[in-house]
Amino acid sequence: MDASSVADQLRVEIASDVDVVQARQHGRELAAGAGFSTGDQTVIAAAISEVARNILMYAKRGEISLGVVANGDQQGVVIVARDQGPGIPDVSRALQDGYSTSGGLGLGLPGARRLMDDFDIASVVGQGTTVTMRKWRRLPS
Amino acid sequence: MDVPILKQGHFLIASIQSALSDADLSQLREKLIERVGRFRARGVIVDVTALDVMDSFAVRTLRDIAHMARLRGAETVIVGIQPEVAFAMVQLGLTLKGISTALDLEEGLAFLNQHTQGRLDEKGERGRIERG
Amino acid sequence: MATRSKEQRESPPAGIPMHTQDTAALLRELVAHLRQNRTELREEWARRITRAQLLTAMTEEEIFAEATSVYDNYVEALETGTFEALQAYARNLSERIIPRGVETHEVLGIVLLLRDVLARSLFGKYQEDFDKLNRILDAYEPAANRIANTVAVGFVQERERIIRQQQEAIRELSTPVLQVRERLLILPIIGVIDPQRARQLTEQLLQAIRTNRAKVVVIDITGVAAMDSNVANHLVQTVEASRLLGATVIVTGLSPEIAQTLVTIGVDLSEMATVGDLQGGIEEAERLLGYKVLPLEELTPKA
Ligand SMILES: Nc1ncnc2c1ncn2[C@@H]1O[C@H](COP(=O)(O)OP(=O)(O)OP(=O)(O)O)[C@@H](O)[C@H]1O
Ligand SMILES: [Mg+2]
Repeated sequence: MDASSVADQLRVEIASDVDVVQARQHGRELAAGAGFSTGDQTVIAAAISEVARNILMYAKRGEISLGVVANGDQQGVVIVARDQGPGIPDVSRALQDGYSTSGGLGLGLPGARRLMDDFDIASVVGQGTTVTMRKWRRLPS
Repeated sequence: MDVPILKQGHFLIASIQSALSDADLSQLREKLIERVGRFRARGVIVDVTALDVMDSFAVRTLRDIAHMARLRGAETVIVGIQPEVAFAMVQLGLTLKGISTALDLEEGLAFLNQHTQGRLDEKGERGRIERG
Repeated sequence: MATRSKEQRESPPAGIPMHTQDTAALLRELVAHLRQNRTELREEWARRITRAQLLTAMTEEEIFAEATSVYDNYVEALETGTFEALQAYARNLSERIIPRGVETHEVLGIVLLLRDVLARSLFGKYQEDFDKLNRILDAYEPAANRIANTVAVGFVQERERIIRQQQEAIRELSTPVLQVRERLLILPIIGVIDPQRARQLTEQLLQAIRTNRAKVVVIDITGVAAMDSNVANHLVQTVEASRLLGATVIVTGLSPEIAQTLVTIGVDLSEMATVGDLQGGIEEAERLLGYKVLPLEELTPKA
């Protein structure tokens, strides 16, 4: 983790499909509060939807925490999706467009990476997966 | 969240009213496909104006609806995708390839009127398509 | 301009003894003189400004009012040896007069004129005492130079700031989404596109499609010199997003280089509607919209 300050503001349990909707709605509100445009709010909500859905599908349960970060003249939101599921054996493959072990489109992870500014996956087989992503907004000078 | 499905002439119109969970989406898919068969619908319009996010699951479901409806002889049009939603979708890589899209309900109906008319004629079926 | 008040607490230029006892006394005397003759000197200065045809964008009353303020700030700067107030005033003045077309040389011109007016008045006052005149001028010169410098720098900085702002505004305006006829939009892209601008363009276009209920969009990139793969990707995304809103995009003016870039990033050009030039693109658009494009001779009734 980097040194920029993180305020952990919200934690959403992911255990059923309505939680996915909850998580992205919270994400949108948080992004709106941090001053992101509606376009960016939508982008952030879509990225949250993808990682939340992955938790549900591959790990059955987990959690998503949402927070606001600041870094110099930038402000942003940070989203951490954590689960204790099966883990991803080959992360770089999972990040390729079209790679899916579930017959999906295989666009969730690579798509979320395109939507966000920072994107990081830490995964250990048998222990779980943590996806950390951020989106930044330049503060008006 | 139950999505109401309206029948208008040979067309079915599903207008999504609020954010949908995966289960809601799957349910919509089943219901629509069943109705297409039951009413011999020629066209299906899914109005997504109220959706503020479309992720891979939603797109996959819409794609399934379009394919399954086509197998049953109906053309599908997705209407009402919001500009921001479209912008996020293309960045995700979700493009709805092979599925028709229109600006809103009105455009969607115009599209179906145009595109299903020919097909009826080909099959030699008579009968007017109700409009508007 | 509160944001910039921190900068430039200038230290006196090297080699100029500021306010040594003697200088201080002389400056005090000078200030007293300038206060005493305030009315006369201000009027003389304003007259000379008009005669030199400076600040022609302003009325005589305006010139006199500004001259008064500058004069008072000037005298204060001489008295206190601090320049903050003058600097702030110079910025404020610049902010007001730049939009009216006042040029840098005019501002420098009026400050130099003031220096001249004051110097002449000193000549008049001390013409009997040449030695004193010299010492007064020695004390006055560096201070006057600094004042001229402060005002001019303030003006130039303000001007640059305004130019930057205008460029930003022009940049936003420079790619308008044009509606050429009902349901048909044209987006002529000119100049360099960076990812930020590309994104802005896409957002503008998508909103315009919705508000104008556009069915066909012609994106003309004749004016785009080069495109890296990043921006090319963005173009493709714009085409796809437009389609999601129900609009068909026709891309015109694709140079061979840009076409090559698109192929390199994996775009299937046969899936993207491209037409050679803008005119052809508009004709194709009209065809799609159901308008019949007639060759010119068919428009004239046959005899
Ligand atoms: N939290 C997770 N735990 C375990 N495996 C995961 C997790 N998230 C993703 N994966 C693995 O990475 C692959 C790629 O994920 P991605 O979200 O890109 O595609 P998908 O879920 O298969 O399809 P889509 O998201 O497009 O519907 C998945 O198929 C799965 O094997
Ligand atoms: Mg996924």
